[in-house]
Amino acid sequence: MTTPVLEARDVTMRFGGLTAVRSVDFTVNAGEIVGLIGPNGAGKTTFFNCLTGLYVPTEGTVSYKGTVLPPKPHLVTQAGIARTFQNIRLFANMTVLENVLVGRHTRTKEGLWSALLRGPGFKKAERESEERAMELLEFIGLAHKRDHLARNLPYGEQRKLEIARAMASEPGLLLLDEPTAGMNPQETRATEELVFAIRDKGIAVLLIEHDMRFVFNLSDRVAVLVQGEKLVEGTAEVVQADERVVAAYLGEPFEGDPGEAEAAEVEAAEAAAEAPSTTSSTKGEAK
Amino acid sequence: MTETTKTPAPDATPAPPAPRGLVPLPLAAARALLLGGGIATAASAFLAWTWTSEFPGDLTITGYPGGLQWLTFTAGLLTTLYALAAYGIRGLGWLLPARNNAPLVLNALGGFAVTWFTVIAISAELGGVVNLEPGGWIAAVASLLPVLGAFALPQEHAGEGTKETLKAYIAKPERIAAPQAVAPWVQRAVITVVTIIGLGVFTYGIDTEYGELFVGYLFVVVFALWALHTAGLLDRFSALVAANRSFTLAMGFAAAIAFPFTQTDDHYANIGVNILIFGTVALGLNIVVGLAGLLDLGYVAFLGVGAYTAALVSGSEFSTISGVHLPFWASALAGAAASLVFGVLIGAPTLRLRGDYLAIVTLGFGEIFRIAVNNMDGQSGPDVTNGPNGIPSIPDLNLFGFNFGQAHDIGGFTLGRFANYYLLMVLIMAIVVLVYTRAADSRIGRSWIAIREDETAATAMGINGFRVKLVAFALGAALAGLAGTVSAHVTYSVVPTPYQFAGSTPPNSAFLLAAVVLGGMGTVAGPLLGAALLYLLPEKLVFLQEKSLLAFGIALILLMRFRPEGIIANRRRQLEFHETGQLDVPKQTTLTDEPAVTKAGA
Repeated sequence: MTTPVLEARDVTMRFGGLTAVRSVDFTVNAGEIVGLIGPNGAGKTTFFNCLTGLYVPTEGTVSYKGTVLPPKPHLVTQAGIARTFQNIRLFANMTVLENVLVGRHTRTKEGLWSALLRGPGFKKAERESEERAMELLEFIGLAHKRDHLARNLPYGEQRKLEIARAMASEPGLLLLDEPTAGMNPQETRATEELVFAIRDKGIAVLLIEHDMRFVFNLSDRVAVLVQGEKLVEGTAEVVQADERVVAAYLGEPFEGDPGEAEAAEVEAAEAAAEAPSTTSSTKGEAK
Repeated sequence: MTETTKTPAPDATPAPPAPRGLVPLPLAAARALLLGGGIATAASAFLAWTWTSEFPGDLTITGYPGGLQWLTFTAGLLTTLYALAAYGIRGLGWLLPARNNAPLVLNALGGFAVTWFTVIAISAELGGVVNLEPGGWIAAVASLLPVLGAFALPQEHAGEGTKETLKAYIAKPERIAAPQAVAPWVQRAVITVVTIIGLGVFTYGIDTEYGELFVGYLFVVVFALWALHTAGLLDRFSALVAANRSFTLAMGFAAAIAFPFTQTDDHYANIGVNILIFGTVALGLNIVVGLAGLLDLGYVAFLGVGAYTAALVSGSEFSTISGVHLPFWASALAGAAASLVFGVLIGAPTLRLRGDYLAIVTLGFGEIFRIAVNNMDGQSGPDVTNGPNGIPSIPDLNLFGFNFGQAHDIGGFTLGRFANYYLLMVLIMAIVVLVYTRAADSRIGRSWIAIREDETAATAMGINGFRVKLVAFALGAALAGLAGTVSAHVTYSVVPTPYQFAGSTPPNSAFLLAAVVLGGMGTVAGPLLGAALLYLLPEKLVFLQEKSLLAFGIALILLMRFRPEGIIANRRRQLEFHETGQLDVPKQTTLTDEPAVTKAGA
């Protein structure tokens, strides 16, 4: 639990004058499920893109198991960080199996020559890749649809397939960008179990999610990103109890007019009385 | 007309209106018209259609059909066969597995089109309908009868508006019962027969001696293939092909090798070898465009690099590297290697661009090649290519004592110079097909397709996009260079002019790209078919002259409107769906559904 898989240090991302991510320090330890939440536009996906090399962070470094990652997506994946996307980005005109096989790209190395010559090594590697891909498809329950085009899968299965494709690269850390977006409660619950199962395979998981129940159920730790800065980080209880988080999602409580002290007192009393119920409603509704 | 369309029974319940035909005739009359008209059309080919042999093909002799009359005969025969199949004659049921109207309608239309085209062409070219003999009139009327009969067949949707009705008449039914399983040897026999027929049809097309005949040929072939498609037979055949892939490939090459033996005139072998060169280069481009999705508008330059390299080391006395005469294998390798180097040099800076920008830059590099070659004549630049004069008198190849420049007698057949090169080109095409299929079905092929589908996601899956694209670019270039080495020897000389972006004759970059898109991106047969069509059309339709580019553009627009996936669609996957019984699969098109580009990784 204590060895850091991912260590982001002082990551800052500026687009011209806009600072989308401001000096964020962040770690994910082995075997952990970490949630990253924050209101819309807080910079969660930008931070993800910095971690996976799609963006080159303006400042700061990202390291995986102690080695600093170069900001190139394919090298990051090679190192052992795989990701999914917020709006599904499968290879729509490839079959389910082929999608997962593409995920195996970094773990195989047969080049053009071996493809043309078709030696025994090539066949062995292809067979192994296929076996591994089929294992993954069975793991997510899509083995029976191996020859379907990815575009023809229902939405929930496309999400699952994207996870399988990411897992095919044998990552030590899986980044899930809103894995339950657009899912109904049953599908969300199934995804929850899937994430636990992934963790049980020894893969650390970092997820962005707006479904608070999902995040707090799953995560060992939750970090809150607001306007590009990390506000709080800690267990579900710590984050839920933090007033700043509530404020970030729902706005500051009305301070009251300076002249009307009485009204302020009443309001303070009301706020104190309502505090527990507010947090619990945050859990379910805030999106 | 049949069980599926609910033949109107006299005492049927009145609730569903019985399907009716567009032409108000009883069903029996409609079928009789089809059959009788088909026979009459075929028979009318034996009459004299015109009085003078000035119209090409000599259609004047009763009893001996000539040229276009044979096409009318064939179309009439097809109509007759299908009319008999519609009657439910035993042994012909396989022609109409779906029992639908469309094949009948289309066959009738094919006969009508070719006959009326001939009659109109006679009238127009000889100056008036007086030039028609009674036989011509009879043929025109006879070919109209099956059309009337076909449109009198009862059809669902009749009466919802003429447009919908016409569409329904030529529509392919959505569901066609799966064929019975047949023994493997039967499957192979079917493939063999189809290959032989295909070779015959293709050879006939290449051997057409005048434009009118070629137009008529196109009418017959297009309508017949369309009819077979709507009957569901083409789908069945592609299923057979998918099940016997290597056998089909072997048969295809056997047919390709057999082609020069069917030719008596070396001119047609010349057309054949040019089609092969064009097709091979198009297949190389298919790796770049069809698999990796890189729009390359300057591809013909690689053919040029190969051709120039081969010319320089061929021992031609006009070569600037005088005295060097490499054997063919060495010059072929040199040509491919030079193109490969060229491809890497051009690709390395340009492949960092995406989409339109890449297209523009490759277009520019393609033109730079031609202009540079034009200027390397010793005055404007170093003397390498002799400028616009090019490198003439390239000697013929000599492999193992087999002189390609001389005619050889093999087993009673005379193989002329072009036939020799044709056979060499078949070998090279076999290599290219092998390279293409093996590369496509491998780790690197999958990564090309992944890059084409979604480059961001592909890189996030660990694919080094730049490197993989460079491999595709270089491989495509090397294959084009290989074809170029042969083309230098075939044409005796190498000059800069053919290696341009667009021109009225192939090969040029626009035609190459068109061959790939027209034939079907991502398939092996598609670019070859596209190349054959694009080479034959300007070659045969000489009367179009400078308007051929216009006609070609119109044809391309029509094709993209009605069949954007190309003539031969990449339907391997569609088949897989049908096997799993999932039929509600959306039609696969290659040019739509471009994923909206949002912020990277969003």
